[in-house]
Amino acid sequence: MPDVALALPDNPGAARTVSLKAQLRRAERRKKLKYGALIVPLVVFLLLTFVWPIAALMKRAVDNPEVVAAFPATCALLRGWDGRSPPDDTVFATLANEMAATRGTPVFASAAKRLNMEQPGFRSLMMKTAKALPPAAGRSAPAAGRSARAALIAADARWGELAAWQLFARNASPYTARYLLASVDRKYDDAGHIVAAGADEAIYVKVLKRTFGMSAVVTACCLLLGFPLAYLMATQPARVANVLMIFVLLPFWTSILVRVAAWLVLLQREGLVNQALRAAGIIEKPLELVFNDIGVYISMVHILLPFMILPLYSVMKGISPLYVRAAISLGCPPIASFWKVYFPQALPGVGAGGLLVFILCMGYYITPALLGSPGEQMASYFIAFYTNQTVNWGMAAALSAILFMATLVLYMVYLRLVGGQESASRTT
Amino acid sequence: MPTHAERNDATPHVSFRKVWKTYDGENPVVRDLDLDIRRGEFLTLLGPSGSGKTTCLMMLAGFETPTGGEIRLGDRVINSVPPHKRNIGMVFQNYALFPHMTVRENLRFPLDVRKLPPGEIDKKVKRALDMVQLGDFGDRYPRQMSGGQQQRVALARALVFDPELVLMDEPLGALDKQLREHMQIEIKHIHETLGVTVVFVTHDQSEALALSDRVAVFNKGFIQQIDDPATLYEQPANDFVASFIGENNALGGYVESMHGERCQVKLDNGTRVQASLGNPLRRGDRALVSVRPECVRINAQSLGCANRMGGYVREVIYLGDHLRVRVELAGRREIVVKAPAAQHKHRFDMGDAIHLGIDPEHLRVLGMAADA
Repeated sequence: MPDVALALPDNPGAARTVSLKAQLRRAERRKKLKYGALIVPLVVFLLLTFVWPIAALMKRAVDNPEVVAAFPATCALLRGWDGRSPPDDTVFATLANEMAATRGTPVFASAAKRLNMEQPGFRSLMMKTAKALPPAAGRSAPAAGRSARAALIAADARWGELAAWQLFARNASPYTARYLLASVDRKYDDAGHIVAAGADEAIYVKVLKRTFGMSAVVTACCLLLGFPLAYLMATQPARVANVLMIFVLLPFWTSILVRVAAWLVLLQREGLVNQALRAAGIIEKPLELVFNDIGVYISMVHILLPFMILPLYSVMKGISPLYVRAAISLGCPPIASFWKVYFPQALPGVGAGGLLVFILCMGYYITPALLGSPGEQMASYFIAFYTNQTVNWGMAAALSAILFMATLVLYMVYLRLVGGQESASRTT
Repeated sequence: MPTHAERNDATPHVSFRKVWKTYDGENPVVRDLDLDIRRGEFLTLLGPSGSGKTTCLMMLAGFETPTGGEIRLGDRVINSVPPHKRNIGMVFQNYALFPHMTVRENLRFPLDVRKLPPGEIDKKVKRALDMVQLGDFGDRYPRQMSGGQQQRVALARALVFDPELVLMDEPLGALDKQLREHMQIEIKHIHETLGVTVVFVTHDQSEALALSDRVAVFNKGFIQQIDDPATLYEQPANDFVASFIGENNALGGYVESMHGERCQVKLDNGTRVQASLGNPLRRGDRALVSVRPECVRINAQSLGCANRMGGYVREVIYLGDHLRVRVELAGRREIVVKAPAAQHKHRFDMGDAIHLGIDPEHLRVLGMAADA
């Protein structure tokens, strides 16, 4: 055989291979373009309605444009300042100049408001200083610098302190980690170091912990309740499975608001559940089932259960019952066979369902807002609060970003687990 | 490991006694079944789908419980022994290898369950892998292997824990023809080497003939005949067995007279033939006369046969080693003849008149198949 191969002239063959490859590539490219064109409208739609808004909101979490917009030159100078010695005269002169130029404009006002958010009282300091400044302050360099320093300090003594300038300098860049730090209960101290926030400000770590904790509990409950049902559906004949499937999907077709209202009616102090329990003589005084964690758990598990059952079912449907039979025939008792042979194969479904429920739960707003206790809300409540009531986009965006990151991390972990398993079983 | 003496033991390894099985309470799938399986034998349950053969196997494995009667393994009744305590190896139709485990883990599974010492487990796994010539494939996952390799792993897994008995439920059904024949030989060799009792279910008669020490032919919940392959083919007990095993020509008629093993039958087309009795029949009984296509002689070869008849060639199919000739006899009856191609090629054509001859010992008179 090798002789025959050697005897063959191999050059024309190689040339043909190359041109064949090129032809194949060209044909494939055309095909790809054709298929790509089919989804262009969808891609555009998704970019406009999904990717762009999310990206814009994420940017809000680190956006800090106000101070830079009002005092660009001062900010440029302050970025080069060491933050320990008093700033030099040029800085005073530039600030005085820019204050004089922008005072009274909305740009100035929003910068003042922004600084006031970090240190209450700074707004009045800015207003007062701007009003006190002479119109032509700091026209010529060194002497004007000296007089600008004197003028500012004369307008308010705080300009003579480092703290005011440090605050100014922290906001001299167009981006800030302040919101993100605040949403994990951290802040900058005057020297620009990251420190833990004071006890009165530190609420978000607790909120995030509660959010993740509740999501974990809801996910676990959904798994415990959903797994047996999915297994039943996967092993029953199609007729029975379809009926069960309708019962799983039925709540799916009802508006969430209606379902939440229904839970309110059922679970309140004088609601059906309490009445029934009291009529049956099981309890003496009504149970607190709503406006606390219990109410949230009950309704969230109910709402999210289908999201657990459906992925589980679709995975279990593909697992032949023969595997358990085979394990039993090999001497493994039935329950152990289930755990050793069936359950590992159902794990991708557990992962997908768990991930879905957990992610949905983290961001759920209406149900916890309506059924939960006002004092113990989840992160979504604070996002809505900052968006709707205080119009603090930075904080709303930062909290959203943290949930978003958590989602991404979870998804990566899931991919790693499932993908790892699959690639391990595909390659040697 | 059973010794030779044990293998020839008179007490059967497995016995079914008056076993019934019904799923709906009305239609029995298995009726009044008596079956003895000898120690060390390769027994095939052969039959069309729905004949009760798989149900029998599942009852033996413990996945189905008999509605009536008892099944014994050795000297104990195992009706109520759960499947995982029966120590019976099983090879499933689609292998049922655990996809999330490597080949080695699959083989370790039954040994781990039995809590054998690790050293012994490794030794047994290695021996089993070598037995099916997959020594280097231990770390593969089942989906990385071909159908034939998976089949061998399934075989090794069913044997690795030294079970009392190995059941195989159409294990070769998913393989292509060539691989199937190869695996048949391999299974036969493994059986001969290990001497383990094997119960094999198939609907493929050639597979049954190739592999088995004995074949039990099932139809409609009954065993129609249980015999070694040669007897089954050459002396089928009834019409069903004759037509299910190999090709068969069946002509209806009535028994006219009997002379010991021989009898004279008047066929429906009026021809009288001399035939040998396959079943005890009486004068005047309705019977089927059956003959294998390769036992019919043509033209010159038919001279001197006790039964000679004429017919017309209706079809000739060339199959390389032989010709398949469809011949129309008197009364529009047709029979199929297999003729060696080397002798008969180009000797006749469609529409030609032809002489056929059948020896009485190849023409067997059978009663109708047992039925409810």
